[in-house]
Amino acid sequence: MAHGAVRHDYHLLNPSPWPLIGSIGGLAMAIGFVVWKKGLFGLDAGTWWVLALGGALVAYTMLGWWRDVIKESRKGEHTPVVQIGLRYGMILFIASEIMFFAAFFWMFFEMALFPEVRTFSPIEEVRTAWETWPPAGVETLDPFHLPLVNTLTLLLSGTTVTWAHHALQVGNRKAARTGLILTVILGVLFTSIQAYEYMEILHENLFFNDEAAASKLYGSIFFMATGFHGFHVLVGTIFLAVCLLRLMAGQFTPQKHFGFEAAAWYWHFVDVVWLFLFAFIYVAFQGG
Amino acid sequence: MATAPAAREYSGTHDTHPEHADSDHKPGFFARWFFSTNHKDIGTLYLILAIVAGTVGGILSGLIRWELYEPGLQVFTEGSLLDRLGVFEGKHGYNVVVTAHALIMIFFTVMPAMIGGFGNWFVPLMIGAPDMAFPRMNNVSFWLTAAAFVLLMITPFVDGGQGLGAGTGWTIYPPLSTSGHAGPAMDLVIFSLHLAGAASILGAINFITTIFNMRAPGMTLHRMPLFAWSVLITSFLLLLSLPVLAGAITMLLTDRNFGTAFFNPGAGGDPVMFQHLFWFFGHPEVYIMILPGFGMVSHIVATFSKKPVFGYLAMAYAMVAIGFIGFVVWAHHMYTDGTPINMRAYFVAATMIIAVPTGVKIFSWIATMWGGSIEFKVPMLWAMGFIFLFTIGGVTGVVLANAGMDYTFHDTYYVVAHFHYVLSLGAIYSIFAGFYYWFEKMFGVKYNEILGLIHFWIFFIGVNVIFFPQHFLGMQGMPRRYVDYPDAFAFWNQVSSIGYFIMVAGLAFFFIMLAEAAIRRRKGVPNPWGIGATTLEWTLPSPPPFHQFNDPPVVRAEGH
Repeated sequence: MAHGAVRHDYHLLNPSPWPLIGSIGGLAMAIGFVVWKKGLFGLDAGTWWVLALGGALVAYTMLGWWRDVIKESRKGEHTPVVQIGLRYGMILFIASEIMFFAAFFWMFFEMALFPEVRTFSPIEEVRTAWETWPPAGVETLDPFHLPLVNTLTLLLSGTTVTWAHHALQVGNRKAARTGLILTVILGVLFTSIQAYEYMEILHENLFFNDEAAASKLYGSIFFMATGFHGFHVLVGTIFLAVCLLRLMAGQFTPQKHFGFEAAAWYWHFVDVVWLFLFAFIYVAFQGG
Repeated sequence: MATAPAAREYSGTHDTHPEHADSDHKPGFFARWFFSTNHKDIGTLYLILAIVAGTVGGILSGLIRWELYEPGLQVFTEGSLLDRLGVFEGKHGYNVVVTAHALIMIFFTVMPAMIGGFGNWFVPLMIGAPDMAFPRMNNVSFWLTAAAFVLLMITPFVDGGQGLGAGTGWTIYPPLSTSGHAGPAMDLVIFSLHLAGAASILGAINFITTIFNMRAPGMTLHRMPLFAWSVLITSFLLLLSLPVLAGAITMLLTDRNFGTAFFNPGAGGDPVMFQHLFWFFGHPEVYIMILPGFGMVSHIVATFSKKPVFGYLAMAYAMVAIGFIGFVVWAHHMYTDGTPINMRAYFVAATMIIAVPTGVKIFSWIATMWGGSIEFKVPMLWAMGFIFLFTIGGVTGVVLANAGMDYTFHDTYYVVAHFHYVLSLGAIYSIFAGFYYWFEKMFGVKYNEILGLIHFWIFFIGVNVIFFPQHFLGMQGMPRRYVDYPDAFAFWNQVSSIGYFIMVAGLAFFFIMLAEAAIRRRKGVPNPWGIGATTLEWTLPSPPPFHQFNDPPVVRAEGH
């Protein structure tokens, strides 16, 4: 029964080199990081080329792998049932990303909600610092200054990407292009503002003045949570930019444009994470 | 399972590869095994990885039992064999061995065997799919796991800050894993977990998509075989718990390398938070390691009792319940670190509730056997051994769930005995059960029944002799993760070490069985188990063609 003509719409693939190359790249990156930070296998700390080589291999894999995916899609391999599978895949990937951020939010809430637990510390500076959140000596940002601008930037980019989607669905490629270009610009704007603000924090030494031992912790959780979010904005911007190029190359049709939809979903996910960061890290627990 | 070839509608619009028209055409050797996009080949690769890693992990446990054979220092001391070889030197070497044993057995033996190996092989076959949903991503899951294994295997030869290797235990609690292990070995362990975690998350996405999107016509979720159910639930646990571990170890990494203060109390951080994050992953992880075993045992018990599994839906939803509750019991690993009394009360209650769905499963297996025409073939013996021994591990689990009891038992050999009964004697038993059950299906040759029986019985005696006395040691107060012990614990430690050698003799018969089957090559049949084996994989030849179900089967009735 199993032999004979293929009578299903699933996507069977020919062997591909990318998983092996990408994994070797990942291995090289991991070893390269340790070489760079600590020195390993006779290589002194500060040696960067192993990490760079691994990163290059991973980047090369990403290019080659997704190029193959696009080619297969153009060939018509992504039948309706395969597209449903891709949708499941993207939703599940975003679910795992949400849990990744859950770890950092958990850390943040533990620190922000229950600082008094740590007043049992035998270290006096820590005890004093922990009577409040944010820890004494930390100068937090004014949430209704640049952070609010950033919030509005991301919310606006959420509307422009939706505009692009609706335009694409009715076959208005020109409007879709405009919407997508605006979205990418807003994404870049967000990253730029965030980078500017980071520089300001470091330059003005807002978080790390040495008055309180626990000030270091505030900076840690702030930069970890917003930093990983910033990294995701960067990834989302690149994803949208690739979709822009594909749109201009005429690869999306009103019926079939899942690459674009995946990018839009990802963008909305990044947007929602920011709203939580803004609401809790910037506004609710800013102190003062 | 009632199947009928059906002229099913398909679009026919996409270009079916010419290579796939002949469904048994295989790529060349290198492309087939290094660039694979075939779920059965990738499953085989995972099984090979699991056997290699399991052997390494087993040798490490041998070093532990050798050292603990009698009081005093035998192996991890100056002038010993290990000292001359220059690996695992000194008392720190013992900690490194304990750590490596745990990480290897969890991440590179049990998980690759159950999910990567059997999951890849049999989920598509059981649901009537031609392959996994994302065949290329399937392969990156495997190679990332292999890369993670390589990373872990070089750590014992790299400086850890206390000597060579990382001796933190698999739980890598700070500050032992931060200021306590400043060397590069610990960073490599962290990255190994990152890569293994990424591999598992991608695998989980693949399994969930496959099961939701690629079931054969007529196979509703409520007709789906229990093994597929178990992998589905396991995949959700992986998907939602591993990213939290990734977040935790990322913070550990930055604490080590970039001066952050998450787990550093001297700068306001909280080491207990690492334990929360770790066990929020770590507890679902123990169900990840046992749920696929539940699925396999269900099929095997039903097959050899020649009855459908008792309470199919209850069995499926019991696993769902275990998965759900598994996410809200994590702090029962942390009773002794200052957890407030109210929190302990909650976690005791939540933990004990897990015994209810687990009991549903145990009793349903017994009810499946009840009145059945039971054949005591090798897979059935492993499955029955699983039920018996897993129940013992489950009962000691209920004991440990009590915070009051755990105050005494925490970090004693009672805990070691408990989790080896559910893992060594639970998870590993179900892996062997599945291996013998599907051996003929996977490799197309028959194994020798007598060798299989010898393997089972010697292994059964061996592992019980190893681990049963450890309950006594724990109750007498012997702490775990110590290289030495007072004379009072000598007797049962010696018994336990003798058990290890019995187990090794049993394992020798496993490898003899493999060699014998490879040499004799008795040709397998599609279904060696008769009317009891009702799932779709038994409708295919043994081994199945390179691409099966080109014409999807139509499922008309409950099979399970």
